[in-house]
Amino acid sequence: MSRFLVCPPDHFSIDYEINPWMRLSNRVQPDRARLQWQGLMEVLADKVGATLERMAPVPGLPDMVFTANAGSVLGRKAVPSRFRHPERRREEPFFEQWFRDHGYDVATLEEGLYFEGAGDLLGFPEAWFGGYRQRSDIRSYASLSELFGREIIPVELVDRRFYHLDTCFCPLSGGELLYYPPAFDLYARKVIADRVGQDLCVAVPESEALRFACNAVCVGKQVVLPEGCVETMAWLAARGYEPCPVPLDEFMKAGGSAKCLTLALD
Amino acid sequence: MGNAQETVLLQGHIIDSLILAKVLDVILMLGGAFDLLDVQIGSQRDQPSRARILIRAPSGQQLADILQAIQPHGARVERESDCCAEPAPADGVLPPTFYATTHLPTQVRLGGQWIDVEGIEMDVAIRVEDAAATAQAVPMGQVRQGDRIVIGREGVRVLPLERPKERDVFSFMQAQVSSERPHRHIIADIAGRMTALREGYREARSGGRQDSLVLLVGGPAIVHAGGRDALTWLIESEFIHVLFGGNALAAHDMEAHLYGTSLGYGLSAGRAVPHGHEHHLRTINRIRAIGSIEKAVASGVITGGIMAASVRHDVRMVLAGSIRDDGPLPGVITDSVQAQAAMRAALPGVKLALLVASTLHAVATGNLLPATVPTVCVDVNQAVPTKLADRGSFQAVGLVMDAASFLRELARELGWKG
Repeated sequence: MSRFLVCPPDHFSIDYEINPWMRLSNRVQPDRARLQWQGLMEVLADKVGATLERMAPVPGLPDMVFTANAGSVLGRKAVPSRFRHPERRREEPFFEQWFRDHGYDVATLEEGLYFEGAGDLLGFPEAWFGGYRQRSDIRSYASLSELFGREIIPVELVDRRFYHLDTCFCPLSGGELLYYPPAFDLYARKVIADRVGQDLCVAVPESEALRFACNAVCVGKQVVLPEGCVETMAWLAARGYEPCPVPLDEFMKAGGSAKCLTLALD
Repeated sequence: MGNAQETVLLQGHIIDSLILAKVLDVILMLGGAFDLLDVQIGSQRDQPSRARILIRAPSGQQLADILQAIQPHGARVERESDCCAEPAPADGVLPPTFYATTHLPTQVRLGGQWIDVEGIEMDVAIRVEDAAATAQAVPMGQVRQGDRIVIGREGVRVLPLERPKERDVFSFMQAQVSSERPHRHIIADIAGRMTALREGYREARSGGRQDSLVLLVGGPAIVHAGGRDALTWLIESEFIHVLFGGNALAAHDMEAHLYGTSLGYGLSAGRAVPHGHEHHLRTINRIRAIGSIEKAVASGVITGGIMAASVRHDVRMVLAGSIRDDGPLPGVITDSVQAQAAMRAALPGVKLALLVASTLHAVATGNLLPATVPTVCVDVNQAVPTKLADRGSFQAVGLVMDAASFLRELARELGWKG
């Protein structure tokens, strides 16, 4: 059974602008956000059958709702994030404390290396990919690879709108990859095609990439993704997946969707 | 490619991810060059790899641009430390673990900055002045008590010699000596360099720093073998600007002028002239009476030949004596340490060195020259060019041939009608 770390959007709002999606003028509607978040939780708990670990939200930390950036977890090992932007750095001690309180072996990265957790590090069982250049530092992957004993292939993110790897790259349980190629440089595109297999790589159309079609949560055959990604859903269905669309546009105001709102724990 | 260089480290899964390929591409795209110093590839997929890359760029600014561009891809400058220096314990004595130089361009790291060692030559030490941030090659004998001398190897780096831009005989990646290779194209390449250098020499003469000088180191065999006219023409035509030799080269050249003989042999008839062996002694004696070679030329006693041409054309001459010299001629430096110093002082600006028919002076000059100066060694005895070529510079070309034939062919290549 899958377990996810989540954080209720009690204090979610746009208090600063640290990615191209955020506009201070584009205010979050708190009730709507709460309903959308609860909708996501219901799908995850009831449809997908996942266990949800809720952590306590902290006033003044509006982005804590995006638990994908708490850190990276493998088995009982956790590496908490080190955020590039000072605005989010204040979340670090709370995430780290959560890992410690829940019995994780917490390893920390060398001072000065940025790493934004499962937002930038994700992949298939045998090979992980690490997005770099926008938020995480490529050098953190050399250390993480040692800590986790996994191969981590760094891929350069070149489009500011897709600032974390999980905004444009979604590995599926059957070995396929949903991704948006223009978010990567040419070297990364070649490496992804080589490692995943060209026939398993599915490029989502730009319009759906911009709806964060790739910011999806795949558990078994179920794929939870933001609503409105018609082509992506059709492709998923044709491959035997069950797409589970969820309205999450309040969170898109901060540049996040289904995947950003969860951290897979096992 | 210039002197700006830096070593960077890249580690992680850099091979399959094409990160190494990307970093190397970026270096080239920004006008740099690289050497992969070592690459350790992880034996299994989950094992990281590691590469050390030496980056060279035409300027410090370009190097900084390259470093800035590759830094986000994980390349970081290898941790480096300053060089270590110790005071010389006494005049003429180096600290026991002093760094011994090569003739290759060398830099030392002082206060976090790499600086060039000035006046680099083979087998000397490096003196640093921390306050002025300067480093100077210094021969053992010139060290003064308390001078800060570089010890050990830390913070010292030797820069690989750049392949010359010119596509000629000097650009081969190895020192060549052969008695069996055709000489003609080699001589043509030397002439090509000399033509270009003469242009630079003439330009600099009308003001500016003189850095297009050609040095000739010659032995008396030039006169004996009949190369005197060609060499005289080369000097008069301003192809040669610095001349190193011994007592004998000058003595036999002026003997030839005064008596028509070289070591007593008639140069035109080719026979021993009665009492000819006295000629060089009488020549030396006469010049000693006049006071100097320069005065002998100025007063019209010596009007032709190598010495006369050198004096008239302001060729910088260093005559270094040896233990078997007769006389010697005035101006011959008999203290070998002083002679070495005089030769060293005459080298700045030299861009081509021709070492012709002279063993000891050629080897001495070879040791004083930085590897960046293209060097041609000509001798009938193959051991001499071989010894010079063994210095390891790919800009040293050895020719096993007679001095006169070489000088005559070279002069003809440059327009001599003799």
